[in-house]
Amino acid sequence: MGLLDKHKAYADRYQTIRDAGADPFNIRFEQVTSPTEGVVNGRRTILLGTNNYLGLTFDESCIEASSAALHTHGTGTTGSRIANGSFGEHLDLETAIARFYGKQHAMTFTTGYQANLGLLSTLVGRGDHLLLDADSHASLYDGARLGHAEVIRFRHNDPDDLRKRLKRLKGSPGKQLIVAEGIYSMLGDVAPLKEFAEVKREMGAYLLVDEAHSLGVLGEKGRGLAEAQGVEDDVDIIVGTFSKSLGAIGGFCVSDMADFDVMRVVCRPYMFTASLPPAVVASTIQALNVIESQPQLRHRLMSNAQRFYDGLKALGFHVGPNCSPIVAVTIPDEPRAIAVWKALLEKGVYLNLALPPATPDARPLLRSSISAAHTVEQLDQILAAFAEVGAEYGLLVDAPLQRARG
Amino acid sequence: MESVTDLTVRQIGRTAGQVMQRNVEVTAATDIGRDLGVDSLTLMNIVMELEDVFELSIPLDRLADVETVGDLAALINQLRVRT
Repeated sequence: MGLLDKHKAYADRYQTIRDAGADPFNIRFEQVTSPTEGVVNGRRTILLGTNNYLGLTFDESCIEASSAALHTHGTGTTGSRIANGSFGEHLDLETAIARFYGKQHAMTFTTGYQANLGLLSTLVGRGDHLLLDADSHASLYDGARLGHAEVIRFRHNDPDDLRKRLKRLKGSPGKQLIVAEGIYSMLGDVAPLKEFAEVKREMGAYLLVDEAHSLGVLGEKGRGLAEAQGVEDDVDIIVGTFSKSLGAIGGFCVSDMADFDVMRVVCRPYMFTASLPPAVVASTIQALNVIESQPQLRHRLMSNAQRFYDGLKALGFHVGPNCSPIVAVTIPDEPRAIAVWKALLEKGVYLNLALPPATPDARPLLRSSISAAHTVEQLDQILAAFAEVGAEYGLLVDAPLQRARG
Repeated sequence: MESVTDLTVRQIGRTAGQVMQRNVEVTAATDIGRDLGVDSLTLMNIVMELEDVFELSIPLDRLADVETVGDLAALINQLRVRT
């Protein structure tokens, strides 16, 4: 009997996937040559599963800022800010992100995952309630588990269900914090934030929105879904990440709540982690400048997403409910999902395979993330690869043409 | 006559069947993970339905000690008394 025997069911399932000749959870890029291209198994491969929405990982100005900081300040901070102090640049980054959102306070974390762990475990405590959208990211569930608030799930994107569950808590003495996401990472659907804001006001609750996938993507200024839906004043805490549209790594939150700085001495995932290295901080500050000064990146991203989403739909794939830079294709069963993922990789297209229970409706997903850096030629090449595998594996059931003929 | 716990157990079986879209036979001793093959997400979905059936809140942290259908029925009955 070994220590890991309790995970045998997962080990067996993982082995089944590897036996099918694929290992989607351990892919190795021999090279990454641009935001949209890499080399896998010696083959030039289009990257369609990297969340690199604006393509800023190779932005010249970001690389230069990062490189200068690396030479000036060294490779790492070697400790947490509370124990070892902050670099001036950490404070500059917090000022920059607070200004970007027009909020009084900003706090950075070493990853987006830690931001959610830190916030959900600290903003609410014993006697309080967290109301989580059922399709919340794992980091939100884990943050909920780390803290002491009671956790209630509400039906995904359903304001009436949220209201009903909040009503059931009437009379309980604590505070209530509603948690939603800007763009959901699996299907690319967006939250009805306007309606959630109404429920929040009506019930006297607080609202936290995770804009991890919507920062730099939605809203005229790129601030995310709360900006796009005009409810920024109703959102008490916005959380996000530097690891997607900003092309680096790290998490943050912004808020206008009074006395927010107490978080720095009570939020353990902030207090007990080494802070972001100077090169990451510098490229992130520059990336924020880029998303503010180059709105055309966002427009190109959206037109790329629309081209791809419409293309898949026309082919007859089962796609998510609305077009966003995350485009997910539902596959009826796991063996076919694995085979199609592998076939696409062999055609030079890398995207993400997501399997239940990480998917919302217990069916496997092929998840693409579109970038402003994808060219129209790349997108058409990808659609051609999808058309071939779709026909080969019988996935084109929703094709308008086929329906018309049938 | 059936006890309150029996009725709750039967309701859990019905709701689990609806969520999993198949017939489910349960007794108080049925192990939710091992016997029903319910994963963590499915259990949370079953609980969300049960909250509506019984008109109460079942906080997720209370599920940590739930292994059998009987455990879940006991938790629900306890929460019903409280509200």
